[in-house]
Amino acid sequence: MEWETVIGLEIHTQLATTSKIFSGASTAYGAVPNTQACAVDLGLPGVLPVVNKEAITMAIKFGLAIGAEVSRHSIFARKNYFYPDLPKGYQISQMDHPIVGEGSVDIELENGNTKTIGVTRAHLEEDAGKSLHDAYDGMTGIDLNRAGTPLLEIVSEPDMRSAKEAVAYMKKIHSLVRYLEISDGNMQEGSFRCDANVSVRPKGQKEFGTRAELKNINSFKNVEKAINLEVLRQIEVIESGDEVVQETRLYDADKNETRSMRSKEEAMDYRYFPDPDLLPVEVTDAEISDIQDHLPELPAAKQARFEKDMGLSTYDAAILTVDKDLASYFEEAADKSGEAKLTANWVIGDLSGRLNKDDKTINQSPISADMLAGMLKRLAENAITSKMAKEVFEAMWNGEGDADTIIEKRGLKPADSGEVEKIIDDIIASNPDQVEQFKAGKGKVMGFFVGQVMKASKGKADPAQVNKLLTEKLK
Amino acid sequence: MSLHTNTLKQLSTELKSKSVSSVELTRHFLDRIEKFDGDLNSFVTVTKDHALAQAKQADELIAKGKAGPLTGIPISQKDIFCTEGIKTSCGSKMLDNFISPYNATVVEKFNQAGAVMLGKLNMDEFAMGSSNETSFYGPVSNPWNTDCVPGGSSGGSAASVAARLTPASTGTDTGGSIRQPASLCGITGLKPTYGRVSRYGMIAFASSLDQAGPITQTAEDAALMLNAMAGFDAKDSTSVEKDVPDYTADLANNLKGLKIGLPKEYFGGGLDSDVGDVINAAVDQYKKLGAEVVDIELPNSGLSVPAYYVVAPAECSSNLSRFDGVRFGYRCEDPVDLEDLYKRSRSEGFGPEVKRRIMIGAYALSAGYYDAYYLKAQKVRHLISDDFKKAFEKVDVIMGPTSPNVAFNKGERSDDPIAMYLSDIYTIATNLAGLPGMSVPAGFANNMPVGLQIIGNYFGESRLLNVAHQFQMNTDWHTLMPDVFK
Repeated sequence: MEWETVIGLEIHTQLATTSKIFSGASTAYGAVPNTQACAVDLGLPGVLPVVNKEAITMAIKFGLAIGAEVSRHSIFARKNYFYPDLPKGYQISQMDHPIVGEGSVDIELENGNTKTIGVTRAHLEEDAGKSLHDAYDGMTGIDLNRAGTPLLEIVSEPDMRSAKEAVAYMKKIHSLVRYLEISDGNMQEGSFRCDANVSVRPKGQKEFGTRAELKNINSFKNVEKAINLEVLRQIEVIESGDEVVQETRLYDADKNETRSMRSKEEAMDYRYFPDPDLLPVEVTDAEISDIQDHLPELPAAKQARFEKDMGLSTYDAAILTVDKDLASYFEEAADKSGEAKLTANWVIGDLSGRLNKDDKTINQSPISADMLAGMLKRLAENAITSKMAKEVFEAMWNGEGDADTIIEKRGLKPADSGEVEKIIDDIIASNPDQVEQFKAGKGKVMGFFVGQVMKASKGKADPAQVNKLLTEKLK
Repeated sequence: MSLHTNTLKQLSTELKSKSVSSVELTRHFLDRIEKFDGDLNSFVTVTKDHALAQAKQADELIAKGKAGPLTGIPISQKDIFCTEGIKTSCGSKMLDNFISPYNATVVEKFNQAGAVMLGKLNMDEFAMGSSNETSFYGPVSNPWNTDCVPGGSSGGSAASVAARLTPASTGTDTGGSIRQPASLCGITGLKPTYGRVSRYGMIAFASSLDQAGPITQTAEDAALMLNAMAGFDAKDSTSVEKDVPDYTADLANNLKGLKIGLPKEYFGGGLDSDVGDVINAAVDQYKKLGAEVVDIELPNSGLSVPAYYVVAPAECSSNLSRFDGVRFGYRCEDPVDLEDLYKRSRSEGFGPEVKRRIMIGAYALSAGYYDAYYLKAQKVRHLISDDFKKAFEKVDVIMGPTSPNVAFNKGERSDDPIAMYLSDIYTIATNLAGLPGMSVPAGFANNMPVGLQIIGNYFGESRLLNVAHQFQMNTDWHTLMPDVFK
C-alpha cells in the first residue's frame, strides 16, 4: 500500500527580550545556576507576575509577518502541573485567546513549487527551569535561570506531507524570527526547538491516522530523522495488523530512536483557567499599525529588492536572503565594492564554501564584509587577476590582513600587455604543430595555448586578455 | 498608663507633641502583648528588637520634625504579608520555617511611613476559615469572651486591636476576612475596592478576591491607615492606576440626604433576630443624622456563597501548588522519590481545611467539570456585580449586618464546613463584585459585639469612611473594650 505522511509542528522559540516575560530578571544564557532567578522566578510566596511589554510586541511582529490576525484581547492562562523545575506548580501560558491567530507561510519545495503551510496560532508562555540530573549523585539539581524566559509557541496546521517539508517549514520560521529580531534562533542553546505531530494514512484516505507527538527535537537534521523514523515505525505497526496508539514519544538523538513517554490515558489534565494575577492583554489598532510600520524588511521583500535594484538573478537573490546575517553581509560587501553581481558570486561561491568547510556561520567569518569588498574592488579594476583574488582570499581567511596589505606584501600584479604579447609570440613560435591544427579548424587547441601562456606568465596574465591576444595572433 | 485606650489618631498627636516617645509607646504595647497574649494567642511572632529599633528611628524623625501621621505608631501585620528577614507563616505548618527574603508592598509602605511593627498576627491557615481555628498556631480567643472565636481569617488582627494590644493592624479579606472578625470583636475593619491596595507580597489565597485593608478602633484611624496602604503598584498588575485621595478629607461631611439601601436579602431567615435589632437601631441612628433609607434588592445574593466556594477554591488550588517541598517551606522527612516528596510534603504541611479547598478547586477546574463549575460561577459573579451596579444607581451606600450572628464558641462549627462557610453569607458578595465594604461596631447582642456592614461603590472608600465616622461621632460602641484587658 502507498502511505501518506501528515505532519504538524509546534515550534517553541525563545524571544530575545532582555528581561523575563513576567519578571525583571535577565534572560542571558549560560549564567551560574540560579543567579538569574529573582523572587518572582522562584515562585516565592506572595510574588506576582507583570507582563513584559517587549514580549507582547515581539509576538505581534510575528503575527503581522505571517499575515495573521493579532488578537486585540488576549488572555494568559495557567497550565497546572507539578514538576520540580516549574516553580509555581503552573506555567503561565495562553489557551483560549492567544495573541496571534491564524496565518500562513510559504515554503519552497524541492521541485521548485511553492506550498502554503497554515499556522493555527502562536501564543506566549513562560519557559520552565532545568533539572540537572547528573550534577549530584543520587539527587537532582534545579537551575531556575531559564524559568520565566519568554517563549512564542507557533502551532502549524497538519499541512506537511514529508519530513523534508517539515524541515523547510521549520527553516522558514527560523529565518522569519531571525529577520524580525525576535529570537536569536540558537538551537544549541535551546532557543528554537520543536515538537512534531506525525501520523500516516493510506494515500487517498481523507481522515487522518492516529498521531504520535514527538518531543524534544532541537535541530533541522533531527526533525527529518525523527519524523522519518516515526513514519516507518507507524507503517510497520499498521502493516503488522496493529493500531497506532495516540501517545507522546521522546526522540533520542544519541540512539536515533523514538520511545514512548506517555499514552493518551496517562495524559495530564492541566486544569487551564485564566490567570487571575494578570489582566487581559489589550492591544489597540494604533499600536498594531505602529508595529507594522516598524517591521524590518522580510525575506521576500529583500529578495525582490536584490533582484530589482542590484540586478541579481532570482536564484542568487533567493540564496542570499534565506539567512538574515548572510543577506546583511552581502549587502554591506556589495555596497562597499560597488559590484553587486561579483559580490554575489563570491559570497555564494568561495565564501559560503569556505564557511561550510570550516563549519562556521557568516558571523564567524574571518573575512569581514569590508575586507571582501576591498578585495573585490581590486579585482574589478583588474589590479589583480581572478587567480590572485583566490590567493588573496585564502590569505585573508588565514588572518594575514586586508587585501591591499596582502597584495603589496606578495607583490601581486598582473603582467603588463607587452610582457604577455612577448610570451604569446614565443609560445606560437615554438609550437608550429598546434598552430597548424588550430588553423585547420581545431578550436580546442586554444585551450592548450592559454594554458601554456598562463604557465609561462606564472599566473600573472589575465586569462581574458590572453584569450583576446591569442585569437588575434593566430588568425 | 492607659496609652492603649487612645486611638491611633490620638497617639499620633501625642507623639508629635513629644508627650510620649515612640520607644515608650512601643514598649507599652510590647508589655501588653507579653501580659495578655498568652490567653488570646493573637500573635504568631512578636518582633520586639525589630520594633524597638524602628521606634528609635521614628523618634529621631520626630525630633527632626520630619514625622508623618504614622511615624512612630506601633502596628501589627497579619502573618500573610511577607516581611524581610522575619518568619512569614501564613498560619501554616507549611511555612513555619519560611523567612521571607523580601517585604510585601504593604509592609514597605508602612516602613516608609515610619510605622513600627510589633509583630505578625495569627490567622486561619492561608486565610481559609472564619474562626481562626484552622491556624497551625492554634485558635485565637475573642477578647470579649475567650471561649468564643474572634472570627477569621484575620482573627489575630481583630482580637489584638479589640484587646488594645496594638493600636491598629492589617488584615486581608477574600470573602469577609477583615469585616467578619472586626464585627465579632467589636472594632472597625475596612476592605477596600479590589485593586486599591497592592497584593504584592501578600500570600495569595484567591487572587481575584484577595484585598488588604486596615483593622482599627475607629473609621478615622482606618482612613489614616488606608492613606499609607493604598496606591498603584507596578509589581501588581491588578492594582489600579488611580490617584489616592486623602481619606481623612471627607470624614467631617454631614450625612444629610445620604441614601442608604437596605437589601431585603440581608434581613432574611438566616439572621439572628438580636443582631437584626442592633442593625435596625443603627439604621435609625443614621436617619437621625439626616439619611434616607431605600429598600433595595440584590436578587442574586443567594448565589454568592456557592459561587464563591467554586471560584476561591479553584484559584487557591493553583496558588498553593508552589508549596511543594522543593524550594522553601515544609519538606517531608526522607522522601523516597519525587512523588513521595510531593505527596507527603503537602499532606503533612497543609491542614484539613486547606486540603479540602484544594480538592474542591482542582475538581472544579478539571476537564469535563470546568464549564459546569468554574465558568458558571464566573457568570454568577457577573450577575452579582450587576445587582450592585443597579443598586448604586439609586443609593449611596448599602447597609446590613456583617455577620448573621455574634461570635460563636470555639469548636462549635469546626466539624461543619457548610455552617462555617455561611458565616460569610453577607460579606462574600462584595468580594465577588470587587466592592469596598466596612464593618463598624453598632452594639451588642448577648453581651457580644455586633458589626454594621456598610458597602460602598467602586473606589468609594472616602464616602464609606465618612459614613462610618459620622456614626462613630454620635455613638460610643467603638470606644468600648473588654474590662479584663483594660
